[in-house]
Amino acid sequence: MLSIKNLTAKIGDKQILNGINLDVKPGEVHAIMGPNGSGKSTLASVLAGREEYEVTGGEVDFLGKNLLELSPEDRAREGMFLAFQYPVEIPGVSTINFMKTAVNQILEYRGQQPLDAVSFLKVMKEKMKLVEIDQSLLNRSLNEGFSGGEKKRNEIFQMAMLEPKLAILDETDSGLDIDALKIVSNGVNKLRTKSNAVIVVTHYQRLLDYIVPDFVHVLYKGKIVKSGTKELALELEAKGYDWIKDEVAVA
Amino acid sequence: MSKDNQVLEELTSKEYEHGWTIDIETDSAPKGLNEGIIRFISAKKNEPEWLLEWRLSAFRQWIKMKEPKWPNVTYPPIDYQDLIYYSAPKQKAKVKNLEDVDPELIKTFEKLGISLTEQKRLTGIAVDAVIDSVSVATTYKETLAELGIIFCSFSEAVQEHPELVKKYMGSVVPVNDNYFAALNSAVFTDGSFCYIPKGVRCPMELSTYFRINAANTGQFERTLIVADEGAYVSYLEGCTAPMRDENQLHAAVVEIYAMKDAQVKYSTVQNWYPGNKEGKGGIYNFVTKRGLCFGDGSKISWTQVETGSAITWKYPSCILKGDNSMGEFYSVAVTNNYQQADTGTKMIHIGKNTKSRIVSKGISAGHSQNSYRGQVHIMKRAENARNFSQCDSLLMGDQCGAHTFPYIDVENNSARIEHEATTSKIGEDQIFYCLQRGIDEESAVALIVNGYAKEVLNQLPMEFAVEAQKLLALTLEGSVG
Repeated sequence: MLSIKNLTAKIGDKQILNGINLDVKPGEVHAIMGPNGSGKSTLASVLAGREEYEVTGGEVDFLGKNLLELSPEDRAREGMFLAFQYPVEIPGVSTINFMKTAVNQILEYRGQQPLDAVSFLKVMKEKMKLVEIDQSLLNRSLNEGFSGGEKKRNEIFQMAMLEPKLAILDETDSGLDIDALKIVSNGVNKLRTKSNAVIVVTHYQRLLDYIVPDFVHVLYKGKIVKSGTKELALELEAKGYDWIKDEVAVA
Repeated sequence: MSKDNQVLEELTSKEYEHGWTIDIETDSAPKGLNEGIIRFISAKKNEPEWLLEWRLSAFRQWIKMKEPKWPNVTYPPIDYQDLIYYSAPKQKAKVKNLEDVDPELIKTFEKLGISLTEQKRLTGIAVDAVIDSVSVATTYKETLAELGIIFCSFSEAVQEHPELVKKYMGSVVPVNDNYFAALNSAVFTDGSFCYIPKGVRCPMELSTYFRINAANTGQFERTLIVADEGAYVSYLEGCTAPMRDENQLHAAVVEIYAMKDAQVKYSTVQNWYPGNKEGKGGIYNFVTKRGLCFGDGSKISWTQVETGSAITWKYPSCILKGDNSMGEFYSVAVTNNYQQADTGTKMIHIGKNTKSRIVSKGISAGHSQNSYRGQVHIMKRAENARNFSQCDSLLMGDQCGAHTFPYIDVENNSARIEHEATTSKIGEDQIFYCLQRGIDEESAVALIVNGYAKEVLNQLPMEFAVEAQKLLALTLEGSVG
């Protein structure tokens, strides 16, 4: 579904990604870990199409399309979803209104009929239940005055509404207490199917107790320096990142 | 230039859709302004002697006055002798009913989405349609008359209800109030008049629709609304003009007089031609709007969505004379390209326990300049007066300007005044967030701007709110940044 080959990218004059290679197949969960500043969030942003980042080389294939040629909104419409580390506030726009606009623009892109208010509400109610979110939160201005947990839960609700083929969770665990972490992870797990995939970007192993990855990759200095299974995450938790840095230095 | 800026550019550069003209034979005064012209206008309208005298006295005061220079706007000097002060669509005889109205005129309003013909009328809205200098039709007159409500053109009111006109005209905005009000008093040609009797709640929205059609013509209309004790009315005003290369002057006066426990809600969606992308042409909108809460417990509420005009200069105000009276001002002012707006309100607290609330949302894009100017004045006698003001500015791109000029004068120390102000930019982060959810940039801007202006848009009657939302998006088309 997603195939990244030798991807390099920079912001300003600073080279951040130095040749990323990654293959994600339907049904898989990949975790991308790494120390601060290793390029994890940059990778998520580049995939979503944030324009501050300049792609300097490499290829990305997403469901048979050249991802790098698609506009950010078309990437979303093709089925890519980014759960933001810091979701922005949009005063005066409720999550409901926001999602209605998004859902209908995506349907239009796919040549389908937009949902009327009744059908939309019906879908919304189902998804609310699935990710355990309260309607009062969805009536409020998007993310305005939300707690950290509420913002992340709202991201997962949006993911449920948009039913992406590939979801990238960027540090979704940051700022969450253990209860919120469980609810958010639960939501993600319920949304998993054989045909969709998840990339979890995280600094800590703790989230991976709940969203169990099939593969774990360690990103360091803009490169994937080690890949393994979920045991690799546990090893990182126990030993820290220094041994990886040493390995890279030796090589 | 970033892609955001490009989209903003495209968004903001959308053509003005009401820029057409229609060939209608007009009956006009010669160019220029002098006592002869005023006599001409007065005679055309078959006015009583007292009104001619009123006009002439206004004119004599006006020639001694100077155009105000304090607004934060710039424009070349206006040659008042180069304007036409009276222009009326030619009609064969006096119109008794709609069937007699020139079909071209009906078409003009239909093109604007306003139907004057019986079967297609918007339900629940009575319309007075004013083209250039005269009112061409007023709908639902009879229905309203059954309740004792008078809703007609100003000229008709002068003929049919001279005692009311004489009593209230100029009682809220005196002839010599300011330069443009004095000019209007001298040369006003038509407008709407509305009287709601004691205890009557007007069952439908009343609306005036203004259209400038003729070239080189100034539009000077007057609106007078009188709400008797305990009466209620909601009033809407809309306006458009053709695209022309020269600037056109619009200097209107609106007066509202509210007696004991009366409530008047006045909403405007102002969409005069703003000029082209380079700032050529467009309407100079120099308007005096004021309401007098004369009686105890009365309330006047102004809501305005200002998207058009090359220059806007207006401060819909409330004089809170009655005890426990209340004034409100809700405003969204959008400027784009080279538009300039200096707008806000005055809340003059005279009575005890008077309250006022100001919510102003400025949106600037392109090379435009957008200023909020507001005054809150608590007079000596105004015990326990309260005011809340919120003035927010939203900037799009880095070529535009937003300014806030609040004036607060307090002469009674029991007053409580709150003032909040914020300035923000539509962030790339906000736009990207929307894009990532599959929403295109144009819709993202519309969503964010409408969210920002929501508190004000919510004050508009339903039919207008939808229109206003679309208008906001349209005005800002091409201006993301």
